[in-house]
Amino acid sequence: MKILVCISHVPDTTSKINFNNELTEFDTNGVQFVINPYDEFALTRAIWFQEKQGAKVTVVHVGDASTEPTLRKCLAIGADDAIRIDAVPTDGFFVAQQLAEIYKQGEYDLILTGKESIDYNGAMVPGLLASFLDIDFVNACISLEIDGTTATAETEIDGGTETFTANLPLVVAGQKGLVEEKDLKIPNMRGIMMARKKPLSIVAPVEATAVTEIERFEKPAQKAACKMIDANDVDQLIELLHNEAKVI
Amino acid sequence: MSVLVFADTSEGIYKKSTLETVSYAKAISDLLGSELVAVSMNATDNTALQNYGANQIVNVQSASLNNKQYAATLTQIAKEKNSTVVVLGNNAIGNSVAPLIAAQLKAGYTSNVVAVPINTAPFTVVRKNFSGKAFGQTQILSEVKVIGLAKNSFGIVEKPTTATVTDFQATETNTTLASVSVDKNSGKIAIADADIVVSGGRGLKEASNFSLIEDLAEVLGAATACSKPVSDMGWRPHSEHVGQTGKPVAANLYIAVAISGAIQHLAGVNASKTKVVINTDPEAPFFKAADYGIVGDAFEVVPKLIEKLKAFKAENA
Repeated sequence: MKILVCISHVPDTTSKINFNNELTEFDTNGVQFVINPYDEFALTRAIWFQEKQGAKVTVVHVGDASTEPTLRKCLAIGADDAIRIDAVPTDGFFVAQQLAEIYKQGEYDLILTGKESIDYNGAMVPGLLASFLDIDFVNACISLEIDGTTATAETEIDGGTETFTANLPLVVAGQKGLVEEKDLKIPNMRGIMMARKKPLSIVAPVEATAVTEIERFEKPAQKAACKMIDANDVDQLIELLHNEAKVI
Repeated sequence: MSVLVFADTSEGIYKKSTLETVSYAKAISDLLGSELVAVSMNATDNTALQNYGANQIVNVQSASLNNKQYAATLTQIAKEKNSTVVVLGNNAIGNSVAPLIAAQLKAGYTSNVVAVPINTAPFTVVRKNFSGKAFGQTQILSEVKVIGLAKNSFGIVEKPTTATVTDFQATETNTTLASVSVDKNSGKIAIADADIVVSGGRGLKEASNFSLIEDLAEVLGAATACSKPVSDMGWRPHSEHVGQTGKPVAANLYIAVAISGAIQHLAGVNASKTKVVINTDPEAPFFKAADYGIVGDAFEVVPKLIEKLKAFKAENA
């Protein structure tokens, strides 16, 4: 089984978010970049299939040379090889078209990725990719098993879960639950050394057009100061929630 | 020209979030001066959509459809109705169907939109990004636009109309995806649907103490939630984890008990209208993001709050 894991390179979850050039550009100053957490769940599950079922795991990412440490980290965690599509991603449509091209060249059985990236939160690349390739799509996946050419996937739906079966090839967009937090791998020295020798190929992007464009960013409005209430006077809280906030 | 909106149902009934999505789509159709076409899925009574401005109701009755079948059906209707904007709610089904439709219609898709477009030419929307830490003004450059509406960002607006109703057969498509089982959290309120969410953190010390959170939620008719460390330690299921890598919360009232308010947690819950924080540490960062705060021990404050709320509910019932 060949698995293609799509990786996004995003600011660490603790990052303070600021913008430059009159709020038109994300300020990367002092920001630590990491593997998108949802993609890391997907990668970790892919490595499990590699260890238990002999799968080959290829990671792919659209980005310029500055994002390569993120791909090397994926290799250090255990991916067999990596592909970097040498382009600055413009929007989800552009990225999905690039990834579709890689899929077509590689005869993969499974595309595994996170349901969204934590920076632009487009939540569209997995679905676009499945639709461009005309293969089935499972979103918000919290458990995935593969038996031969059949996948069984549990997904989160509003107010519960739903389990599907599907034939490979398949696009699966994962989220928390796909693997446990404790299963996430921290690269060890051996993994880091091996990652240096694993193949990382750089490919040119195919022609593709973006269909959306971010014009400007805004930060949420500053909040008014918190009203403090005495711990012995919960009646006051109830009164405020009822009469002032009007939420109960 | 038309605006198309996906009106899904739960057990035959439109959820509040669906009515909000229809109200929002109506506002866009007013801006564009075009008709609103609502695609109703498995509703027992689709006339309800007339109250929220639908000019045409396309009624689809079908056994359970998967995301590809939903997308094929909506794409076909959008083409027949010459729709320039397709609106879905960012719930579980909307999230998986919207990108599939966008690919089929070669349309730009923006999820988590929080308001009516600020401009229709060029078509510009404001959406949440950086997991709620910022907003982005985004232009959709394609002829057809697909929009996902963030929950609780527009509200339900009644606009009575008289609609024409037509029946439509779900579109066939090649798919191997088959549903084998559905497991509903019966008797529990889903975080996505809840007006009020009560959430507990590591400060509650152990899993069994979450009975406090459950009791408070019960009095308020609220959903229960938790912070990331709590779900990582297995005190509560992952489905209750709210925050940047968990579920987003956009409730009317969010009560955080013994949660310090790490930046990742705040990012996921800051779309809630009113936030109440109960924490022993007056320096907890959550107080800076809250509307009402109590510095105190959850084990003393919450039982008192439950008792007083019961009395309040009895009086105001």
